[in-house]
Amino acid sequence: MTLATALFLLVLFVVTLTVAAYSTYAERKVAAFLQDRIGPDRAGPFGILQPLADGTKMFMKEDFIPAAANRRLFTLGPAIAMITALMTGVVIPWGGELTLFGETFRLQGTDPEIGILFVFAIVSIGVYGIMLGGWASNNKYALLGSVRAASQMVSYELGMGLSIVALVMLNGTLSLGGIVEHQAAHGWNIIYQPLGFIIFLVCAFAETNRSPFDMPECETELVGGYHTEFSSMKLGFFLFAEYTNMFISSAVISTLYFGGYHVPGLDRLGLDPNLTTLIGTAAMFAKTFFFIFFFMWVRWSTPRFRFDQLMNLGWKGLIPLGIANVLITGTVYHLAELWKG
Amino acid sequence: MSDLRPLTTRSRVVSDKRMTLMERIYLPAMVAGLLITIRHFFRRKPTVRYPEQERPRPAVYRGRHVLKRDEKGRERCTACGLCAVACPAEAISMVADERKPGEEHLYREEKYARIYEIDMLRCIYCGLCEEACPKEAIFLTDRLVKADRERMPFVFGKDELVEPMDPARRIDVSGRQTAAVRTFKQNPRYAHNR
Amino acid sequence: MAALFYILAAISVISALTVVGARNPVNSVIALVVCFLSIAGHYVLLNAQFLAMVHVIVYTGAIMVLFLFVIMLLNLNKPGGPRKSLAMRLAAAVAGGLLFLTLAAAVRQGVAITPAAGFDPGVGLVRHVGQVLFTEFLLPFEVSSVLFLSAIVGVVMLAKKDKDEAPDPHITGPERARRTA
Repeated sequence: MTLATALFLLVLFVVTLTVAAYSTYAERKVAAFLQDRIGPDRAGPFGILQPLADGTKMFMKEDFIPAAANRRLFTLGPAIAMITALMTGVVIPWGGELTLFGETFRLQGTDPEIGILFVFAIVSIGVYGIMLGGWASNNKYALLGSVRAASQMVSYELGMGLSIVALVMLNGTLSLGGIVEHQAAHGWNIIYQPLGFIIFLVCAFAETNRSPFDMPECETELVGGYHTEFSSMKLGFFLFAEYTNMFISSAVISTLYFGGYHVPGLDRLGLDPNLTTLIGTAAMFAKTFFFIFFFMWVRWSTPRFRFDQLMNLGWKGLIPLGIANVLITGTVYHLAELWKG
Repeated sequence: MSDLRPLTTRSRVVSDKRMTLMERIYLPAMVAGLLITIRHFFRRKPTVRYPEQERPRPAVYRGRHVLKRDEKGRERCTACGLCAVACPAEAISMVADERKPGEEHLYREEKYARIYEIDMLRCIYCGLCEEACPKEAIFLTDRLVKADRERMPFVFGKDELVEPMDPARRIDVSGRQTAAVRTFKQNPRYAHNR
Repeated sequence: MAALFYILAAISVISALTVVGARNPVNSVIALVVCFLSIAGHYVLLNAQFLAMVHVIVYTGAIMVLFLFVIMLLNLNKPGGPRKSLAMRLAAAVAGGLLFLTLAAAVRQGVAITPAAGFDPGVGLVRHVGQVLFTEFLLPFEVSSVLFLSAIVGVVMLAKKDKDEAPDPHITGPERARRTA
């Protein structure tokens, strides 16, 4: 690993944490604005120091472990949640190539051939954090929350996987960098895969445990769900992991369906390549932030699904739709190939 | 049942029929919901940022009490205790004392309240004390009671209740001491006005 | 790379032993997850990234989650499980010993394990795996998918509700009457 990569990963780490921290602030502001309020405005101008205040509060709180809890797993839970949340950012292409001091860097930690599968794998490990944390609390609400989390994650992974299959068939690669390049050449995937996009989006909401699918937390039924017994920074880690996941899924959605760092027509302007890359990165972040906003917008607009509705939607709705999407994509692709000759 | 009219124009009859296809897709309803909330996003916020901004209060607002002095700067209260009797929250307590010679410039009548306390946490700001007072001594004003972290500071003594001697810093109660109130208070039908 | 291999190998062996040795079944499951992850690491070292990721997604992400799920719901609080009788333990020792003996003999007499000549680093990449899977091993691949299909159908059959079961409690009023009629 070169020094440049290490540096890039460090920057990525800091940026991810900052975005996650400010997502909490944004969440409160968006919620407030959607409800005709103004939200936090006391810590600093417009309350922009609120995440710092929240973080300090989290650290100052008593770190309590229930007597009947399994201490080791209780600590392991939030750690897994946080680690897995931070890992996925590595394979996402945040920008094109940057030439500095005579060397060319890619604004991407690494571009493995199986990038999208890597994201999938890490997300599927992430559920252990919730499950272990919930079970180790020795609390029935926490256990119910983690059981829901597990079944929800496993169910929606299928729908998500099927929507990806169609996308991969179209793009001919599993590498996220390759997918972005394909979109730059052939137009964004959202044009070819509207149904796949909707399936993916719905599954992304379920995978990040965001409303309307926030069954594992579900304040009104399960107290706090899997993090009922957690306090101090352990709770902070769970919440942080949720926001990090939201950031990463927004980035993945932008990458897969909205061209990632690609801006249509930008390369025809004949700008300096470095400038083009930076504009591309800015576009990538703009797309990502839009989806973060979208996540929040939906959370504060729709009521929560009932658990049986959630399962029905996943198994009887999204999975058949996903299969149909794969079939349609395959057929149309093949016909187009035939027609081209 | 049928002669019950709905309370609002927006009420809907809830039906438990099977959802139609459009409803089962959820998305149209969800998009409609999103459009509603986004309209609120750009709406003007009615929030009043309290310590910096204050909502305008009407002249007859019933807030923090004041014990008035008369035009010569003498305390009007004579510790009759009618306010304490009238108080539904039992927030008022007082200890009466006799005026000593040489204190005539301080107290208007021979008897005065040595201690006069209102517990602002018990007070419900109903204004019955003001109504009961025969001497036009106690009034509610449009001032607010400041927040605090402890309970004791909310028990206001005479130092906080009696208005300052300085004529320039007197508390204006004209909002509540209207002409109608004055005539009522001086009505000779009541024993204490005779 | 060699150092990485030995670290991963150590993790796999230790965690595999923990799976068997742990008193708490949840700890066993976690050890198994760690074992699977380290095996995925081995796949990556062999440049079989696709296999590694599929391994993580399927085994760690789905199957082990279900294991954990079941163990959590069973609430196996008593460590060690029920006490076995002496005869049972004796039988287990004999059976285990025999298995070990067989294995030892097999390893001693077996062919010398030599690295495959001319390891192609591209053998584990998606493109190659896909081509092999859909040409050379097409029949086994399709047969196994039929197997999975039959498993799915079987599960659906088992999970399917009986017709004469109580109606959905969420449906009330005239709609319920209409359906029960």
